[in-house]
Amino acid sequence: MQSHILSIILFTPLVGAILLLFVPKENKDAIRWIANIFALGGFLISLPLVPWFWAQRFEPGFKFVEGSANNWIPSIGAGYVLGIDGISFLLIMLTTLLGWISILSSWTAIENRVKEYYIWFLVLQTGMLGVFMALDFFLFFVFWEAMLVPMYLLIGIWGGPRKLYAAIKFFLYTLAGSVLMLLGILFLYFHHQHVTGVYTFSLEALYQTAPRIYTDYGPYAATLLFLSFFFAFAIKVPMFPFHTWLPDAHVEAPTAGSVILAGVLLKMGTYGFIRFSLPFFPDVLTHGRVRFWVMALSVIAILYGALVSLMQKDMKKLVAYSSVSHLGFCTLGIFALSPLGLSGSVLQQINHGISTGALFLIVGILYERRHTREIAEYGGISNVMPVYATITMIMFLSSMGLPLLNGFVGEFSILQGTFMEKDIAGHPGWFWVAWSVPGVILAAAYLLWLYQRVFFGTVTNPKNEKLHDLTPREVATFVPLLIMAFWIGLYPKPFFQILEQPVNHTVAMVRPDYPQPATATNAAAQPPAAMTPAAMEMPPMHPTSASPAANSAKKGKK
Amino acid sequence: MIFLDNIWLIPLLPGFGAAIMFFFGRRLQKSTVSAVCVGVVALAFIMACGSVLQYNAWADAHNHQPFEKIVYTWLGTDTGHFNYLTKDGAQAKFQADAGFLLDPLSGIWLLFVTGVGMLIHIYSTGYMAHEGGYYRFFGYLNLFMFSMLTLILANNYVLMFVGWEGVGLCSYLLIGFYFHRKSASDAANKAFITNRIGDAGFILGMFFIAWYFGSLRYIDVNRLAHNGHFQIGDPIITAATLLLFVGACGKSAQLPLYVWLPDAMEGPTPVSALIHAATMVTAGVYMVARSNALFILAPSSMKVVAIVGALTAIFAASIGLVQHDIKRVLAYSTVSQLGYMFLALGVGAFAAGVFHVFTHAFFKALLFLGAGSVIHAMSGEQDMRNMGALAHKIPITYRTMFIATLAIAGIPPFAGFFSKDEILWQTWTSEGGAYRVLWAIGFITALMTAFYMFRLIYLTFYSKPRMSHEVEHHIHESPKSMTVPLVVLAVMSFIAGWLGWPHSLFGSDHFARYLDPVFARGEAHVLVEEGKAQQLAAGEREEEHTSPIEYGLMFLSVAAAGAGWYLADRSYRNADKGYTEPIAALSPPVYNTLLNKYYVDEGYDYVFTGRRKAGDVRLGIMGLGDASSWFDSHVVDGLVNFAGWITRLTATLSSWWDKWIIDGIGVNGPAILARMLSYPARLLEWGLVQWYALMMTIGLVGFVFYYVYH
Repeated sequence: MQSHILSIILFTPLVGAILLLFVPKENKDAIRWIANIFALGGFLISLPLVPWFWAQRFEPGFKFVEGSANNWIPSIGAGYVLGIDGISFLLIMLTTLLGWISILSSWTAIENRVKEYYIWFLVLQTGMLGVFMALDFFLFFVFWEAMLVPMYLLIGIWGGPRKLYAAIKFFLYTLAGSVLMLLGILFLYFHHQHVTGVYTFSLEALYQTAPRIYTDYGPYAATLLFLSFFFAFAIKVPMFPFHTWLPDAHVEAPTAGSVILAGVLLKMGTYGFIRFSLPFFPDVLTHGRVRFWVMALSVIAILYGALVSLMQKDMKKLVAYSSVSHLGFCTLGIFALSPLGLSGSVLQQINHGISTGALFLIVGILYERRHTREIAEYGGISNVMPVYATITMIMFLSSMGLPLLNGFVGEFSILQGTFMEKDIAGHPGWFWVAWSVPGVILAAAYLLWLYQRVFFGTVTNPKNEKLHDLTPREVATFVPLLIMAFWIGLYPKPFFQILEQPVNHTVAMVRPDYPQPATATNAAAQPPAAMTPAAMEMPPMHPTSASPAANSAKKGKK
Repeated sequence: MIFLDNIWLIPLLPGFGAAIMFFFGRRLQKSTVSAVCVGVVALAFIMACGSVLQYNAWADAHNHQPFEKIVYTWLGTDTGHFNYLTKDGAQAKFQADAGFLLDPLSGIWLLFVTGVGMLIHIYSTGYMAHEGGYYRFFGYLNLFMFSMLTLILANNYVLMFVGWEGVGLCSYLLIGFYFHRKSASDAANKAFITNRIGDAGFILGMFFIAWYFGSLRYIDVNRLAHNGHFQIGDPIITAATLLLFVGACGKSAQLPLYVWLPDAMEGPTPVSALIHAATMVTAGVYMVARSNALFILAPSSMKVVAIVGALTAIFAASIGLVQHDIKRVLAYSTVSQLGYMFLALGVGAFAAGVFHVFTHAFFKALLFLGAGSVIHAMSGEQDMRNMGALAHKIPITYRTMFIATLAIAGIPPFAGFFSKDEILWQTWTSEGGAYRVLWAIGFITALMTAFYMFRLIYLTFYSKPRMSHEVEHHIHESPKSMTVPLVVLAVMSFIAGWLGWPHSLFGSDHFARYLDPVFARGEAHVLVEEGKAQQLAAGEREEEHTSPIEYGLMFLSVAAAGAGWYLADRSYRNADKGYTEPIAALSPPVYNTLLNKYYVDEGYDYVFTGRRKAGDVRLGIMGLGDASSWFDSHVVDGLVNFAGWITRLTATLSSWWDKWIIDGIGVNGPAILARMLSYPARLLEWGLVQWYALMMTIGLVGFVFYYVYH
C-alpha cells in the first residue's frame, strides 16, 4: 500500500464525487453524509502517511514516488509521477485536514444545489492534492488549471451578492498568470530537449537543465523566464500588487470556499516558488535586482496588508487582507534563501492555513446567524456566545503570533532566518526584518480592535440578543485546528525535523556556496550528474567555475 | 534535590491551575476555584523556597554557577543539521530549549513573585467574592503566574520572550476583565499594543545577539561576553542592548512607552497590585539585569538607560502630585519608581536596582491592596476628593498603608530607604558631571514621592470626611482574607530592606553579596573602566562607601522625605469639601498641565494612532490605513478593473469592427456593391413576358435595319 498511498489519497475525494453523481439530488441528507464520509475518509487515509513519512524524514530525495518519467503520454514526454518531500507532505496533510473541516462546516450553510456543491468541492480537493504531489510539469499544470474550475463555480454559484464579478475576476486573474507559466514551462521543455535531446516534463530532469538557461541564454532571457513563473505564483499567493482578487473572492465565497481558498489555494503559489522558482533560476535570484524587488514586495505586502486590514468595515475583508500580510511573511522567508527562513515559511503556510482557516470559520458562524459581516452590526457578543468568544480569542492570538501558539514559531523562524543573512540584494538581513517587524505590531492592532468591537462591551443591537452559542458540530470543526495550533506552538520539533532535509536541499540547489551542516544526511550539494553526450558540448554547468556562481562565492568571502 | 531537579514544575503548577479553570471552571464552586488556584500558587511558593535553598547549597559546591535544567528542545531540531550563519559566517544551531535556569538573580525574583503572588491570590478571594466571572479571574491570574515564572526561569532569551508576551496577554485579559466597559477594553488594547512595540524591539535585539553570538542561551552569551573577545562600545552590542531596552521600556512603562500603565488601572485592584506594580512591570528590569554582561559592553546604552530612567522617574512623579484617583496616583508612582530602578541599572549598580525591585514589590503591592481595601470600604469610590478621615474606620488598612508610605518615602529603617538611598548614592559616585544631574533629578523625585504619598494618606485617612452620608454609613473594614495579606506585606515592607543594610551603617549588605555571582564580573568591568581597578584588586569594593559625603547624602534624602511629609501635612491636614490643591494655587497652568498628564495621550492620539482627527485630517497609523485602503480600492484594484475595462472596450470595438468593417465592408461590401451594380441590369429584367417579347422584337427590328442599311 505504501507504494500507492499517494494515488489513493489523491483520488479518494474524486471517487466520492463520482459516487455522488448517482445519488438523486433531492436526497440532500444522503449527499451530505456521503460527502462528509469521503472528506473524513480522505483525511483518515492520509494519516498512515504520517508514521511512514516520519520513518524516512531525514532521507534525501522525494519519497513514495509513483510512476516514472514519460509513462503517461510518452510521445510528448509527460508522465504520471507523484512524490513528496517534507514540504509537500505538510501541505498535503493540511489539505486533507482542511478539506474535511470545510466540508463539515458546510452542513447547514449550503441549502441549494447541494449535490453539485459537494461534487465540486471533492473535485477541488483532488485538484489541490495533485498540485502538491505532481513531479511532472505536465501533470502539475493539469492539476493547477483543473482546480480553478471548481473554485470558480463555488464562488460563482454559492457566493454572495457580487459573486459573478468575484468569480470571473478570480478565474481570469489566475488564468492570466497560468498562461505565462505555460510559456515558461514550454521554454524549459524545449531547452531540455535542446541540451539532452530528450523531450520530457519530468521535474527531476528539468532540475538538471533549467539552471543552465542563465548561462546558455544570458541573464536577460533567464530573468524573463523567471518572471513568467513569478507572475503565476505571485498572483496565486497573492503578493502585492496582484492581490485585489483575493478580498473580492473571499467576501463573496461561501465560508468553506474561503477556508480552502485561504488555507490551501494560496499555498500553491508559495509552494510553486519553493518547488520551481528557486531551483530553476538560482542565478537570477543570487545576481541582479530581481530578489530586491521580490523582497521589497514582500515587505510592502506585510505592512500594506496590515494597514488596509486595520481600516476594513467588513470582517471577512479584514481577514482577507490579513492574509496578504501573513503571506508577505511567507514570501519573505522564501526569498531570504536560507534553511531557517524557508522552513519558517513552510511552517507559516501551515499556520496560516490553521489560523486563517479558523478565522474564516469564525466569521462564517456569525454570518450564518445574522447574515451580515459588518463589524458595526455587532458588539458584546461574548455575553451571548462565550464558547465562541473563547475560541475566537485563541485563534486571534495564534494569528497574531503569540508564543506557545503556532503563529509565533513560523514568524520567529522567518524573521530570524532573514535577519541572519548578511546580504540580501544589497542590504543586510536586519534591514528587511526591521521593515517587517511593524507588521507584527499591526497584526495585534487590527485583530484586537476587531475583537473589541465585536465581542466586548454590552449587546447594543437587539438582533444579537438571541444568538445561540456553538453547536457540537461547529465545535468539532474547531477542535482539530485548536489541537494543531497548540501542538505547533508547544512542540514544533517534529515539524522542523520533517522540514530539515528539504530546506537544506533547496538552499543547496540555489546557493551551492551556502555551508551545509557537517554531517548532513542529505546529498544536496552534489553537482548534477553527467548527462548525454550533447550535454558535454554545452557550456559548463551551473556550479562549476565559469558560471556566475563562482563570482558569488568570491563575493561571499569578501 | 527534589525541588531543584523539578524546577520546571514551578511555572507549570499555576499553568495547570489555569488549564483546569479553562476547561471546568464554569462548573466549579467558588470555594473550589479558590482552593485550586490559591493552592497551586502556594505549592509553587513552597517549591520556590525549596529550590532556592537547595540552589544555595548546590552553588557553594559548584563555584556559584547557575543551575540549568533542560526539559526538551522547543524551537528547532536537536539533530544539529539545522543551522544558520552568524555574522562571522560560522554555522550556529537554531535551537531554543524549554530549559530553566536558577541563579541568585532568578532566585530573588522567584521568591517575591511567588510570595507576593500567593498573598494577592488570597486577597483576591475576598476582594472578588461578590464579582461575576470568579473562575475566569482566577484562571487569568494563574495563567499570569505561569507566564511570569516562565519569564523568570527561562534559560534563554526566546523562552523569556514566551513569558514576556504571555504576561502581556494576561495583563490584556485582566485589564479588560470588566469587558462591558469600553474604557476597560480600550485600556486593554492600549496595553497590549504598546507592549507589542516594545516586543518588536526585544525581538530585534534578540536577533542581533543570535547573529553575533550564535546562541540565545544566557550561559553561552555571558561566557562569550565575559571572555574579553568583544570591545567595549561594540556597535552591534550597543544596537542589541538598545533594542532590548526598547522592550524593557514597553514592559516596564518607561518613557516614551509608559502611557499604558496608568490606564491599566481599569483592571480589578488585585491585578494592579500583582501585575502592574509588583511583578510584571519589573520584567524589564529583570531583562536588563539578566543581560548585564551585554550592557556593560555598551556604555552608551547604559547612559541611555540611566537618562531614560531618571527622566521617567521625575516625569511620572510630577504627574502623580495632582491626580485625584487613588489608583492613578499609585500608578504614576509605580512608573516613577521603575524609573529609579533603571537609573540604578544605567549607572551600573545592578544589585541596587534589583534591591529596589525587591523592596518595591512589597510596599507597592501593599499600597495597591490597601487602596483596594479603601475602595472596597468606600463602595467603589476611587476619587480621593470624596474620601477623608478613614483612619479610625478601617484601622488595619490605615496602619498597613501608613507603613508602606513610610517605606516608599524613604524613611529609615523602612525598606524603601535602603534601596533608594543606595541608588542615589551609586548615581552620585558615577564618574562625570552628568551623573550629578541625574542624582539631582533622583533627589527631587524623592521629595515629590514623599509629598504625593503623604498627600494620599492625608486625603484618604486624615482631613475631613467628604463622602456622601450613604457611603459613610457603609464603611467597613475588609474581611480577614484581605487584611491578613496586608499585614504580612506590611511586615515585609518594614524589614525587607534590612537584607541590604549598607556597610556605612555597620551592616553587611547581604543582598548585594548574594547577587555577586551574577553581577560581580559586570561591575568589575565598570570599575575597570572608571579606573578603580585597585579597589577591585583589594576585594573591597564597598569600602569607599564610608565617606562623609555618603552620610551627607543620606541625611539629605531623609530630609527630603521629611520635607515632603511636612508639605503634605500643611496642605491637606484640614482638607474639607472643595479644598484647593497647593500647586493649583501656586500656578494654574502648571497644575492643568500636570492634571492632564502633559497632554501626552492626546498628542499620541493625534500623531501616532490617529484615534483623534486633527481638523479633517487623520494622521498616524489609522490615517495611513485610510490612505492605503483608498489606494487599494482606487489605484491597485482600479488598475485591475481598468485592465478589465480595456479588455471589454477592445472587445466592443473589435465586435464593431468585425460587424461593420470586416463583415460589413469586407464581406457584405462586395455583395452590396455587386447588388448595386446589378441594379441597372435588373431594370431590364423585371419579369413581364410581353416586355421581353417587345425587346426581342425591337432587337430583331434593329438587326434587320442594321443589315439592310449597312
